[in-house]
Amino acid sequence: MECVRMIASPRYSEKRVGYLGAMMLLDEKQDASLLITNSIKNDLSHSSQFVQSLALCTLACIGSAEMCKDLAPEIDKLLRASNSYIKKKAALCAIHIVKKVPDLEEVFSLTARSLLSEKHHGVLHGAVVLITVLCECNPETLERFRKTVPDLVRIMKGLVTSGYSPEHDVAGISDPFLQVRILRLLRILGRNNETASDTMNDLLAQVATNTDSTKTVGNAVLYETVLTVLDIKSESGLRILAVNILGRFLLNNDRNIRYIAMTSLQKIVNSDNIAVQRHRGTIVDCLKDPDASVKRRALDLSLALVSASNIRSMMKELLVFLCSCPPDLRAEAASGIFHAAEKYAPSQRWHIDTILHVLTTAGGDVRDETVPNLILLITNASDLHCYTVHKLYRALITDISQQPLVQVASWCIGEYGDLLLREECQEMEPTEVTADTVLDALETVLQSHMSTPTTRGFALTATMKLSTRINENVDRIRSIVSIYGSCIDVELQQRAVEYNALFKKYDHMRAAVLERMPVIERNSPIHTNGDSMGDVIKEVEVDKLKLKADLLPQQPANQVCDLLDLLGDSEKSVYGGTTSIQPINAAKLAGGDLLDLLGGFEPTPLTPAPAMTLYEKNGVTLTLSCEKQSECSLAVTLRGSNSSNLDVSSFSLQAAVPKSIDLHMKAPSGDTLPARGTSQVTQLVLLNNPNKVNLKMRIRISYSSQGSSIQETVQVDSFPGFS
Amino acid sequence: MITFVLMVNRQGQTRLSRYYQPVKMSRRAALEADVVRECLSRHKDQCSFVEYKDLKVVFRQYAALYIAVGVTDDENELAIYELVQNFVEVLDKYFSRVSELDIMFNVDRVHIILDEMIQNGRVVESNKSNILAPLLALDKMADG
Repeated sequence: MECVRMIASPRYSEKRVGYLGAMMLLDEKQDASLLITNSIKNDLSHSSQFVQSLALCTLACIGSAEMCKDLAPEIDKLLRASNSYIKKKAALCAIHIVKKVPDLEEVFSLTARSLLSEKHHGVLHGAVVLITVLCECNPETLERFRKTVPDLVRIMKGLVTSGYSPEHDVAGISDPFLQVRILRLLRILGRNNETASDTMNDLLAQVATNTDSTKTVGNAVLYETVLTVLDIKSESGLRILAVNILGRFLLNNDRNIRYIAMTSLQKIVNSDNIAVQRHRGTIVDCLKDPDASVKRRALDLSLALVSASNIRSMMKELLVFLCSCPPDLRAEAASGIFHAAEKYAPSQRWHIDTILHVLTTAGGDVRDETVPNLILLITNASDLHCYTVHKLYRALITDISQQPLVQVASWCIGEYGDLLLREECQEMEPTEVTADTVLDALETVLQSHMSTPTTRGFALTATMKLSTRINENVDRIRSIVSIYGSCIDVELQQRAVEYNALFKKYDHMRAAVLERMPVIERNSPIHTNGDSMGDVIKEVEVDKLKLKADLLPQQPANQVCDLLDLLGDSEKSVYGGTTSIQPINAAKLAGGDLLDLLGGFEPTPLTPAPAMTLYEKNGVTLTLSCEKQSECSLAVTLRGSNSSNLDVSSFSLQAAVPKSIDLHMKAPSGDTLPARGTSQVTQLVLLNNPNKVNLKMRIRISYSSQGSSIQETVQVDSFPGFS
Repeated sequence: MITFVLMVNRQGQTRLSRYYQPVKMSRRAALEADVVRECLSRHKDQCSFVEYKDLKVVFRQYAALYIAVGVTDDENELAIYELVQNFVEVLDKYFSRVSELDIMFNVDRVHIILDEMIQNGRVVESNKSNILAPLLALDKMADG
């Protein structure tokens, strides 16, 4: 309130303080600012230029949209006024108005152009900034202002070639601020435009060569020039000049200059990769610089420069960097290294080595998905299992604080424990590894307070798996597992209880359940479940294990996933050799569950839609007809009939579609196909295809006829009546 | 565009602060403390550009006073570096060998000078005599 009172006073000094206070303390959201609107209005037409300038200043700072709309014509008048002091302030005020009320920019763009012919540098500066903002806001204005390029070039030339002018000189360069501004505007105008770029080429070359680069000011102008050259459609000679200047910057001792050189190289690393590669040595040296900003930039740039040819040397440098880098950059560095290693790894062994190295140095900072990724990688490199498990075991016994490392190590020991104990790895020095030491290691992990619950889960599972891999000490394993049956952590307790049950009741199945896992497919839906519980369940083979109560819910889901994956990215089944034909009741159970979810039976009338015969064998025929329900959904009716002399029983259908399509199967009308086609079994399938992918369906038919159970799979690639 | 200008001494006391983008009063102290901490941890021959959240902070040390300028990504850092130098030279000219005490006791005038140079986050004038002209005229009016 004091401010408002002071602003209204006629005395200049009070006004000044009042406006100052207003600018500092108020913003447009406060009500008090409305009160000063009137004062600003009056002051804008005051006779003294200083008062006017104060008002302009405040308006520019805190003016709200309504204020700006009211006062825009005033500002425009001031822009045309003869006083250059006022003009420059008015120009900047205009910028604020344009930002607040974009519709008013028409008003200002005309005046802005005329301002360019001013002599006063302040006004020129203001004009250039105004034009820059206008161009940024509206692409049409950009087109109009392209015509001003020759004017700008002329002004710039004047600045560069003019002699010493004491007013604007900063360390030998006349008005560097204006130069920088004009260069930036030229950059915006020349982007994606051939003619404008041509006009600028000479000028840019001249500026680049003539500017004195011993002082920071000169470097500032050169930097802006380089950015402009790289952004517009300049000729190749000019581009090479620009990259050379950047190279010179990199070698400069001043860290500021190195920093900005790396920032600009980052922008062009994708387009002019070869040019930047030449400076790779210097950039890698900058990784060792004690300055944090320089390090960050060097890291970004090094990761961008990694390619197939230099991967080994770059990785060495990056790993050294990881050991010594500040903690906030660690996570970034680790993930960058992982990406680079994945893209360009020369061999699997090198890849695994690198990842292990990263885990041992910066294990705490890596992201969660590295653990499943690494496990995937290890299973894929089957010939390296022995080497990997030895290495991981060694790492485990030295240090158990790095959680991801411990998780991967315990998983591997669980899986390949027999390799660890039985075989001697040729590539590493032999050490004494017995079953006891391995179990000791796992027990330490289980009991250590540094281990998270997930790690403990991994360790417990690994211990369990070892029970089949090693022949002695099974009792020890049993005792470990039963201890955790009364653990506080629910997850551990559940696992321990299940494993205990495996020992007691299903001992004969233990070997099969805990068999070695098959190679995991990268995109399988279960794989994306990061929790290792999913891994354990996946091992359980559906046909071998009886339907144990607490494992049941996961099974049908497991199976449905399996079925749905049939049409996923890979053609071959995930479960490779271990899947056998699933028994009919398990299949029916899965189908039943799915159908139960969707409610009841819907009798489908026999539609005259075109039918397609899918399958015909042993007298059993399956036909398909479809009906389009909406833009992306389709109703498919499957009909089974039997033309043989014997009844067919337990007839059931399962369907699978590509991943992005939704599938709903309604309940079938029955499961028996009486002989000689007296009646049919119909089943309705609803498909929803929001992404409009190629519609394909795979149907598995299972039935028993003449005492034998038969299962067949057919694939439907084209649907009649559906485009 | 420039988002803020701060002048902080070695003990972390803010001598002058100017924000060109609305920042709530409660957040200002935290912002200033963060920036100061970054500046104080820098060595003389280390890089003068720091990344803070989504801004870049350019700072320079003059004796016991740090001047920090926060800019958005699209600004030329070296140009801002020179701007800070220019600002200090103007202050020098006006106060004849400016010191921290001068700034403490004449905050309003320093603000006026700053306003003459930077308006609404953009550089308005870089010519020293032009910047000081209105201020000198004002002083004459106050005296006479």
